[in-house]
Amino acid sequence: MSKQKMPFSRRRFLATTALGAAAAASGSLAMPSILRAQGAGVKLGLLHPVTGALSYSGQQGRIGATMAVDEINAAGGIKALGGAKIDPILGDAQSTPDGGTAEVEKMNSAEVSCVVGGYASSICLAVSQAAARYDLPYVVDVGVADSIVTRGLKNTFRFGPGFGVIAKTALDNLTTINDQAGKPAKTVIIVHEDSLFGSGLAKLLNAQLPPKGFEILETIPHPTPTRDFANVVLKIKAQNPDLVIPANYYNEYVLLARTMQEQHVRPKGVYSVLGGAASSYKFVKDFPDAAKYIMDCNHWFNPKSAKAMELKKRVEDKGQFFTYELYLNYSAVLLVADALERAASTDRAKLTTALENSTFASPIMPYGPTKFVNGQNQGAAPVSTQVLDNDIKAILPPEFANAKAVFPMPA
Amino acid sequence: MRGFLPIVIAVAALATVPAFVHSNVVLNFLVVALMIALAGQGWNILGGYGGQYSFGHAAFFGTGAYVTAILQVHYGVNAWIGFAAGILAGAAVGAIIGGLAFRAGLRSSYFALVTLAFAEVLRILASVAPITGAGVGLLVKLDLRAQSFQFQSRAIFYYVILALVAIALVIAQLLERSRFGTWLIAVRENEDAAMALGVNAFAVKLAAMVLSAAITAAAGCFYVQYFLFIDSGIAYGTWISIEALLTPIIGGAGSVFGALVGALVVKSLGEGAKLIAGDVPGLDLMIYGAVLIAVIRFAPRGLVGAFIDARERLARRFAASRPPVREAIRG
Amino acid sequence: MLSPLILISAVLNGLMTGAVYALVALGLTLIYGVLHIINFAHGALLSAALFAAFFAFQKLGLDPYLAAFLIAPAFFGLGYALQRLVIGPASHGDDRNMLLVTLGLAVLIENALLYAFRADTRTVDLAYGFASIDLGFTFLAVPRAISFAAVFFVALALWLMMILTDTGKAIRAVAKEKLGAELAGIDVAHIYAMTFGLGTACVAIAACLLIPTYYANPRAGNAFVLVAFTVVVLGGMGSVPGALIGGLVIGVVESLAGFYFGESLGQVGIFLIFIAVLLVRPRGLFGASA
Repeated sequence: MSKQKMPFSRRRFLATTALGAAAAASGSLAMPSILRAQGAGVKLGLLHPVTGALSYSGQQGRIGATMAVDEINAAGGIKALGGAKIDPILGDAQSTPDGGTAEVEKMNSAEVSCVVGGYASSICLAVSQAAARYDLPYVVDVGVADSIVTRGLKNTFRFGPGFGVIAKTALDNLTTINDQAGKPAKTVIIVHEDSLFGSGLAKLLNAQLPPKGFEILETIPHPTPTRDFANVVLKIKAQNPDLVIPANYYNEYVLLARTMQEQHVRPKGVYSVLGGAASSYKFVKDFPDAAKYIMDCNHWFNPKSAKAMELKKRVEDKGQFFTYELYLNYSAVLLVADALERAASTDRAKLTTALENSTFASPIMPYGPTKFVNGQNQGAAPVSTQVLDNDIKAILPPEFANAKAVFPMPA
Repeated sequence: MRGFLPIVIAVAALATVPAFVHSNVVLNFLVVALMIALAGQGWNILGGYGGQYSFGHAAFFGTGAYVTAILQVHYGVNAWIGFAAGILAGAAVGAIIGGLAFRAGLRSSYFALVTLAFAEVLRILASVAPITGAGVGLLVKLDLRAQSFQFQSRAIFYYVILALVAIALVIAQLLERSRFGTWLIAVRENEDAAMALGVNAFAVKLAAMVLSAAITAAAGCFYVQYFLFIDSGIAYGTWISIEALLTPIIGGAGSVFGALVGALVVKSLGEGAKLIAGDVPGLDLMIYGAVLIAVIRFAPRGLVGAFIDARERLARRFAASRPPVREAIRG
Repeated sequence: MLSPLILISAVLNGLMTGAVYALVALGLTLIYGVLHIINFAHGALLSAALFAAFFAFQKLGLDPYLAAFLIAPAFFGLGYALQRLVIGPASHGDDRNMLLVTLGLAVLIENALLYAFRADTRTVDLAYGFASIDLGFTFLAVPRAISFAAVFFVALALWLMMILTDTGKAIRAVAKEKLGAELAGIDVAHIYAMTFGLGTACVAIAACLLIPTYYANPRAGNAFVLVAFTVVVLGGMGSVPGALIGGLVIGVVESLAGFYFGESLGQVGIFLIFIAVLLVRPRGLFGASA
């Protein structure tokens, strides 16, 4: 959030919030002509839950998106449109689907060419359908629910992977790691948060783990927030699984890991799928001992990309953590900019077509070749990571790996 | 019929809005505000007129929402039938909770807390039960046709919710003039005295609860049709319990228009705060919280109450300026 | 999994978490018992106190257990001021308005925290943060054991204060019969503010005891509010021993219910108790007759 953006976007807000619109509609407040003069650029809606329960993730997402916008503008804007700058219209989804919907309406009335963001699947669902009314192209930043891209909405695109792909890749990678270590792991306990992402994932894991030769001892759901994991850890301790598979948000993940450390519970491996803290630099920094050797299959950047490392350094120099919300949003905005270049137009229909045909390869993401089918980028994939040497390393797939898996966890 | 004139005027005025406001930003804002007004009017019947403050109206909102969603998603039932079923289900839940709570003689804060607890129980159950989609929630299929109670135009949703709010306003007005309403208000003012006068307080409270629940459930059903997605946090979360009680209290509990005025004011406050605060997270809600406190400080009986007070004060001042002789003759 | 050792571990876990619930509820029960308001701002105040404990550690290097001696009086002052200057005047003495004012306060405080400190979760890493006592069948975390013991001390101190000091007697008088107390010359507004201050101070102590194993963020306190209400209802509104015992009972019930029915569904156990107590014996274990 750059301070100098504030007065600029506050004026945008005057034009776009409901009161402003109502006042304008009733003619009592003349639309300042000064707004028109400054608005020669391409308007891009950046919608994130910056207040409410998801505010940390929303704020990280907004940082990533605005960094991309600043970079593009500094490099000369959209050249196909005569160097037009991207004009970001920031929106707060307030961590609710109705909040997201209201913001889409405002962004539409501000004549954005595209909306990027959403973060939580439930917000993405509402945003995609609200945007669809206006054939407004919408690029999902994170929201992993598969339903977001399987509703037949032509305007919705997702550059990152959905949880079908994530679950499958996670299990394939787990099998590979297990096989390579001589198959020490057989029994599993899944600990998942009980809302859309955790439950959906748990369901997939329950279906796909047994055919791969793993035995699920128990699937433990828990609410978000959970105040205490003592009993969850007690159950894990009592059943002594080879592997613990957590799928939850940051705070709960940290509590779980800390409680396991407190109770001296050390399975052969902790292998998370979309683990809230498992691939979080903040977690590694705050709790190096509890974080050691934890594996995750999650959104990740390409550690072999110089651009990614440069971005990471820039973010860390500002005192922020380089989290997935940040680089997923960064890539999503670059995707839109590329589509704008190819469409050479701010027209929504042309932009949608350009996105459909996009083969934009993000310089920082570890994806296969980009190809959109029903709005989902087929090249998108998660990466398996592990906390090694107080740092998070990518361990699979080999083309993006910068370390080898250490499994089972040393005693 | 005279008492209904304000309702007719208000509804007619609101009905003209889509004619000259084409901004979907405003229409969406109004649709959501009216939906909250509907939920709040439901609360108002029990809390405003009946004096029984419920902190768990989410129980009815969520039941209406889930029943209509489940019927559509799992059983392919028509959305309009689902809507009716949702209202009935909400009323039934109202009867159960009311029956239990009032039978146990719970009043004021105890009643408030028990309703809160029931709403939480429902939320937790909904978050684990397979039929509600558990954590994943329910996604109603996008089908923009009138027979599926979905519309391409936001204006039509606006007319629907306005019609529902109009019905709720009429219900409140009929209540005020009915004997049942008198009993309900008597129970609110002094339950023991009312009972001593022969009012069956239990039956009256229960009936108010059922009516209240039905109205709020209708708002829940509408939510599902408008947003097409529901999960346990949205359906049974404290957010709706709070909005349902906040809006009539701010607007004026126990008045016909309290919930409507309250909803429009509270929602506009939220938007206004965003305008002032800009993009800085948290600042707009800080302003919102502060203004809420200020409104209660300066208009403790709600805005409608403040309006009535102001009108009376003016009337008294006007009367005081008349020559005293005439007043004496008038007696 | 029905092994008695596991069961004992679960009960022990329940007692530890219950102690924390008791501490959070102590503040709430006092406020409820005297002011007769459901303090919606309780969770936000807990969040604020968690931040205070965090910053005391981070900026001043103060161990949370020591910081409590600083933070509790500070929060007492905050609570006193809030009741005297904001809640009292705004509510015009009406219970229902007080409720709305605390609601407004909750929104204000939570978002003030968000505005000032952003949303990231802050934790403290104490040297003894992961230390545990080996009991053979389980490890008892040192910070939890300390909280457990501390709660008894705080409850005892509070109870003694209520019984022995003039202020305590005045508080009980106002709780029982406000008009009579006023007529007897007690400054009710001052007592209300003292009570709110005490309640807030309890929350501050709870935060200091929590921070070694929990975290601070603008919404961290919300998770405890509904459980705290349940404890208050079970123990009896306004009863200090009630809050203590109620907290421990709820902790154990939650633990066992969570163990057998799952952490998500098990939460229902808490609210079913809540409802059962209200329907059958609203005054709770130790409360005054309604």
